[in-house]
Amino acid sequence: MSADLDILAAEFAAQLGEDSVITDRQRLRTYECDGLAHHRVVPAIVVLPQTAEQVADVVRGCAAAQVPFVARGSGTGLSGGALPHAEGVLIVTSRMRRILEVDTANERAVVEPGVINLDVTKAASPEGWYFAPDPSSQQVCSVGGNVAENSGGAHCLKYGFTINHVLGVEVVTPDGELVWLGGTTRDTPGYDLLGAFIGSEGTLGITTKIVVRLLRAPESVRCLLAAFPGVDEAGAAVSSIIADGVTPAAIEMMDALAIEAAEAAVACGYPEGAGAVLIVELDGPAAEVEHTFAAVEQRCTEAGAFEIRIARDDAERALFWKGRKSAFAAVGRISPDYIVQDGVIPRTALPEVLRQIADLSGGTGIRVANVFHAGDGNLHPLVLFDDAKPGEAETAEEVSGAILDLCISHGGSITGEHGVGVDKSKHMSRMFTDDDLDTMQRLRCAFDPAGICNPGKVFPTPRLCGEVPGKHKGPHPLQAAGLAEQF
Amino acid sequence: MPADTIDELGAASEVHRGTAADAVDGMVPALVAYPRSTAAVSTVLRAAHGRGLRVVPRGAGTRLSWGDAPSAVDLVVDVSRLDSVVSHAAGDLVVTVAAGVALATLQEALAPHGQRLALDPVVTGGTIGGAIATASAGPLRYRYGSVRDLLIGITVVRADGIVTHAGGTVVKNVAGYDLGKLYTGSLGTLGVITEAVFRLHPLPEAARWVTVATPDSQRAAAAVAAVRSSQNDAVALEVDRPVPGEPVTIGVALEGIAAGIGARCDEVCRLLGDTAGARASVADSPPDWWGLLPHDTATGPGATLTHEPAALGDVLAQAPGAVRGSAGAGVLAVGLHATRVGEDLDALRVLAGRHGGSAVLRCASPDVKQRCDVWGPVPALPLMQRVKNEFDPEHRLAPGRFVGGI
Repeated sequence: MSADLDILAAEFAAQLGEDSVITDRQRLRTYECDGLAHHRVVPAIVVLPQTAEQVADVVRGCAAAQVPFVARGSGTGLSGGALPHAEGVLIVTSRMRRILEVDTANERAVVEPGVINLDVTKAASPEGWYFAPDPSSQQVCSVGGNVAENSGGAHCLKYGFTINHVLGVEVVTPDGELVWLGGTTRDTPGYDLLGAFIGSEGTLGITTKIVVRLLRAPESVRCLLAAFPGVDEAGAAVSSIIADGVTPAAIEMMDALAIEAAEAAVACGYPEGAGAVLIVELDGPAAEVEHTFAAVEQRCTEAGAFEIRIARDDAERALFWKGRKSAFAAVGRISPDYIVQDGVIPRTALPEVLRQIADLSGGTGIRVANVFHAGDGNLHPLVLFDDAKPGEAETAEEVSGAILDLCISHGGSITGEHGVGVDKSKHMSRMFTDDDLDTMQRLRCAFDPAGICNPGKVFPTPRLCGEVPGKHKGPHPLQAAGLAEQF
Repeated sequence: MPADTIDELGAASEVHRGTAADAVDGMVPALVAYPRSTAAVSTVLRAAHGRGLRVVPRGAGTRLSWGDAPSAVDLVVDVSRLDSVVSHAAGDLVVTVAAGVALATLQEALAPHGQRLALDPVVTGGTIGGAIATASAGPLRYRYGSVRDLLIGITVVRADGIVTHAGGTVVKNVAGYDLGKLYTGSLGTLGVITEAVFRLHPLPEAARWVTVATPDSQRAAAAVAAVRSSQNDAVALEVDRPVPGEPVTIGVALEGIAAGIGARCDEVCRLLGDTAGARASVADSPPDWWGLLPHDTATGPGATLTHEPAALGDVLAQAPGAVRGSAGAGVLAVGLHATRVGEDLDALRVLAGRHGGSAVLRCASPDVKQRCDVWGPVPALPLMQRVKNEFDPEHRLAPGRFVGGI
């Protein structure tokens, strides 16, 4: 570790206490990756602040020394957004876990960034309220991470994403200032910096408090599991449900390989012989849900469902979801290694894209399990491979890239909810022009002119900002190394 | 204006000399350009940029008086001829629409497919671009959110004429910064919006409006709270209090299927009746004040008042002027008396400050705006100024119209 970093670590220890600063190499390794485990970097320093002021102290220290920093919540991200910087500081928010307020009369809760997503709902549910974003990792992921990634989840089809459920955030800006974006009311005057901040993947600052909206729990929730001979029939059912003008709370699909994995992992007991299953959930006022539910059931039958199960209670509903929510981890049971993709396509292109994915799989011998949010066209193809077999990882990477190409060529997106991070930054220029990316980075320059806040994420080529404060003299190191140009 | 400027702009677009009808807050622009495409807007802005012209974008011109008065305007870029619904992917519930299309025209195009953009008009004749630039939303925002929650992609021409995109054409998409949010409500100070992509919603099979009136602010607030915490899934929750001290009307919109809506109406009637202490009634069309601002949409004077939901009783009891709006969302419009704008605005700011909100002068005549602080306190203003400096370093786009002189 360089002398600069030694000094910084000592400063942090004095400010935060010895037990909140890690510099021991073995202990640092705990933090070398997030949920995307094939990218690994050991950070120079890890700090575990307990208050917003401590986060601000650390960031100010980094800014003064021009040392890069990265924020990390629970480390469940799937795009390497919290991948540490080797010469930088990793700021871990897991000790900032207080739920500061649950105020159902004002339909909100105020939480610290390390609070676990599901704990917000647990705190609000006794009074009949909940926090809507529900990523599959909700038992472990942090709300701060949800803000950084604009997390969705199965129910965002009807309820939207994190951005639609956050009223305000207190953030530490990359120069170490504490500011509020948004607040406890809507439409705060000025630019919607809150809207731009949420989903910026930790590149504009670090969230230290979050005002989340709470929703009243629906009167009725009904859930069915329908088994189809194949994905075409299941896809047709989805189309006809949407064409009826129904907005289900969720419609999820799994193909045969994904079902096989889920059975192996959690024995979810889905109907035997299914080439695809759909989970459809409706919620809302009881009378209307009943009526619409019957119509959905009929659409599934018409499309060729050979078995439809209707959850009789919450326990059975949880069982339906268990297979779906465990799907990513479950493929570990049928394949030693896998890549999770997160591409999005217009929902109507689903049958065609699934056929093309099957062709890719057939042509390369690389198996692809498909799990996805069918209602909004967010695919999660799991590309299976064995790293021990020579060349297979490379072929899997190619298949994975080709799937993203399919998404883009159908007018979709490279990521629906996992974020760009380090993983997909190289694909950004397939979706956006240089001018688009330059414009986005103007926002970044407004927040982080020195480029020290989670550098190397989201954008394929960093834009150097006009005025770089601090102690840099001569060309920026990135510029000198030929990695960036000054616009 | 030199003749070669007119020639250069004219190469890409029809150009007229500005007249009194083109005035922005009393200032007549030298020129008005009428480009017909994003490419033409780009050429016009590039030329304007090269010549240092101050530019104000305009759609139908219905909300040009919103925000502060610009410090100067040389060129109005009128996008009303960018007027096509570019593509409607009905099966995907997504529409791509040019900025100059009137919201009403878009709704007419969508309705035969049983779909809509879940956004209220707020003004008559306004365009999509104007709705985005002013972040205008009405009663439906309670259920569907505001413009920013429905916008999924955007094309914007920057001050230097560069054409840029953000977002995309699928609802679920987290690739790159969501600049659509930043442009929404920016009053033309960051770029000229030329095209937008929205998520759509199905038109409901049935809709009803339940209303009740009470002279008691606390009872009115209790009625709103009862609906908010019920499970009747209202799509809009409005109040109307035309005069301080006079009765408040609460309006609840319910949408759904014919088979279920009757029972919900009965339940909401009961809730409103019990809490307001008066008989509630159901109608199959909205009350006549529904979705309208309680002041002239151009000259106002009108303010936007935001507050925490539970503070509604205090707001209804204390706010001066005519109050109307989305009590469920905590965003109200206030019609002010032309002779007392300054003091009423101060009173609204005291009230808003007590309840976590803000009070902004939405629109007024130029002389009134000159006498008032249009925006009030703006948290994170230095960051906003840095954003402006990055997007429009020479402050040529609607200079002075936005917060902090942006």
